[in-house]
Amino acid sequence: MDTAFLLDTFLRLIAALPLTLEVWALSVVLGGFVALGVTAARLSGSAPLEWFARAYVFVFRGTPLLVQLFVVYYGLASFPAVRATFLWPLLRSAFFCATLSLALCTAAYQSEIFRMAVAGIPRGQIEAARACGMSRWVLFRRVIFPIALRLALPAYATELISMVKATALVSLVTLWDVMSVSLKIRNDTLVTYTPLLVAGAIYFVVNFLLARALAALEYVLSPHLRGRPLFNRAPDVL
Amino acid sequence: MTLMVATVALLIGAAIGALVASAKLSGSRWGAAIGDAYAAVFRGVPELLVIYFVYFGSSGLLSGLGHLVGFEGFLGVPPFLAGALAVGVISGAYQAELYRGAYLAIAKGELEAARACGMGPMLMFRRIVTPQVIRFSLPGLNNLWQVALKDSSLISVTGLTELMRASQVAAGSTRQPFTFYIAGGALYLVLTVFSNRLFEFAEKRAARGTRRAGA
Amino acid sequence: MRKRFGAVEVLKGVSLTAQTGDVISILGASGSGKSTFLRCINLLETPDDGVVAVAGETLQMRTRRDGRREAADNRQLDRMRSELGMVFQSFNLWSHMTILENLIEAPIHVQKRPRAEVVGEARALLEKVGIGDKASHYPAHLSGGQQQRAAIARALAMRPKVMLFDEPTSALDPELVGEVLRVMRKLAEEGRTMLVVTHEMGFARDVSSRVVFLHQGLVEAEGPPAELFNGGSNSERFGKFIAKQER
Repeated sequence: MDTAFLLDTFLRLIAALPLTLEVWALSVVLGGFVALGVTAARLSGSAPLEWFARAYVFVFRGTPLLVQLFVVYYGLASFPAVRATFLWPLLRSAFFCATLSLALCTAAYQSEIFRMAVAGIPRGQIEAARACGMSRWVLFRRVIFPIALRLALPAYATELISMVKATALVSLVTLWDVMSVSLKIRNDTLVTYTPLLVAGAIYFVVNFLLARALAALEYVLSPHLRGRPLFNRAPDVL
Repeated sequence: MTLMVATVALLIGAAIGALVASAKLSGSRWGAAIGDAYAAVFRGVPELLVIYFVYFGSSGLLSGLGHLVGFEGFLGVPPFLAGALAVGVISGAYQAELYRGAYLAIAKGELEAARACGMGPMLMFRRIVTPQVIRFSLPGLNNLWQVALKDSSLISVTGLTELMRASQVAAGSTRQPFTFYIAGGALYLVLTVFSNRLFEFAEKRAARGTRRAGA
Repeated sequence: MRKRFGAVEVLKGVSLTAQTGDVISILGASGSGKSTFLRCINLLETPDDGVVAVAGETLQMRTRRDGRREAADNRQLDRMRSELGMVFQSFNLWSHMTILENLIEAPIHVQKRPRAEVVGEARALLEKVGIGDKASHYPAHLSGGQQQRAAIARALAMRPKVMLFDEPTSALDPELVGEVLRVMRKLAEEGRTMLVVTHEMGFARDVSSRVVFLHQGLVEAEGPPAELFNGGSNSERFGKFIAKQER
């Protein structure tokens, strides 16, 4: 076992981790905002908006992320019209393209999560809030958002972990993330297992820590689900 | 090609999934630990990495074995096999959880009745457990099938000429990336719609004889 | 009030006037429209026809372009709703908040009252309904009867002019019904104005000042309980209804 090589590989891969995490964080947050918009459109009650939201989710969940990535990275650049706009400096950058593409993809999944969470709120609790005279904004802030957040957490955690794995695709559009550095090491040294295994270990540990952190968050947010077992509950109380 | 690769991957995943699920359900601590470890590993690392690993690794392994028996030169594992294996191994991790949940959802009473009739474990597995597990896991399988379809696009990095690679080649040679990638995407969407119809049909057939809530 | 759901007219013209301190029991078979009527009062259902007036103030309505009616001024609606306390059949306590937080939520965020005053009052109300020690518990940790009493306290915390009860004991196990009815009786004796949709004949007979019997969306019988329950109404249906309940 060549420990010097192992250590060197590890250090080089760790140096690429910040880029991976940057892409992850930016795409998740950007995607989150887009998802809020898509969910709002879906729940808006206006037929054209709803149709748009459903089409968006269908397209971005029904096609591979790789295709979407290439459409944004290679495809958009091929239009002279696009090159002429003010967005071009941004769109020329691989980082921006990759992040944008990942964000649009996760937005579709996140939107579905938000939608299911809002649908899962017991209707009675919303009625009670309206019967107290809560305005729509107060209702959203104090009842809908907190309950939906807790309902969405498990699925959201899964999506966050999926996104970490998805960042590996940016290696295919010239970004130097953990995945591409490990491939470069392999190409340079012709050693296959070590760089890929170390890269795999790094991703695994990141996901493991992420999963743990989210589980802890879930725990902190749900004291109302712990404690003594339920007895004599009425329908629709939970 | 995409369909073939995804199908083979799904089947490999089904076999692995069944194995891992039974390990987890076996009641033995080692079985559960191994099952959990397998699932954790293959759900925690990027699919692309697994594909590279299997593709490069298996070729290396095969060549190494070849050298042992005196064969010189490079022995490559065909990309189809490597790709399907990689996607299958990952799919297996998710299918395991699906089957485990489906098994646990079978009403205990039905299993007891089978034992009371004197059914041996193999017969019970074949006639009672398997059909029910399939029925319960169909919705989840639809989802995992579509995931396998999308993951198959990643196999393009090995050079396998499936849909993604074909789009890439066409885009490169005609210098019209937008058109061809959009076309490729549209074809994936078509596959998605077909798959949904197919699984809906399968779910209906599997559920014949059961009463739907509210019906 | 008139209200139809699709092709079915559930309320065919029901009117009710309540004076301060009245305790009115609204009775009827399922489908008679009694819950719908109650829910029209605070516009959880929107009546197709009719007006709601509380303490002299009329709720302004308007018709939308698609023909449906709605409150003309949402702020007026919210304010009037805060003057009407509602207790639901399925309690509807907010599951992510403690009991105390449930009580102080609306007074602080809707009525904008100072927190210290609201908390003090809330604790006193919890004592009054008999669950003072459950203030920092979550709804899921309470029995059905305790949850409903908490829901009553929550409605009281808003200092409402009128209390609306929508079948408050229907979802409770029999042995828990009594504790809730006791609280409601206490409120009635204090002079609260209460509208109660219920199946509890005992409560209707002994505690209410007036009984209204609905049948298929219309008022069949109305009057003081002493009169109605002793065969004083000329409605045959009411007589049969009572007989069925007493069995």
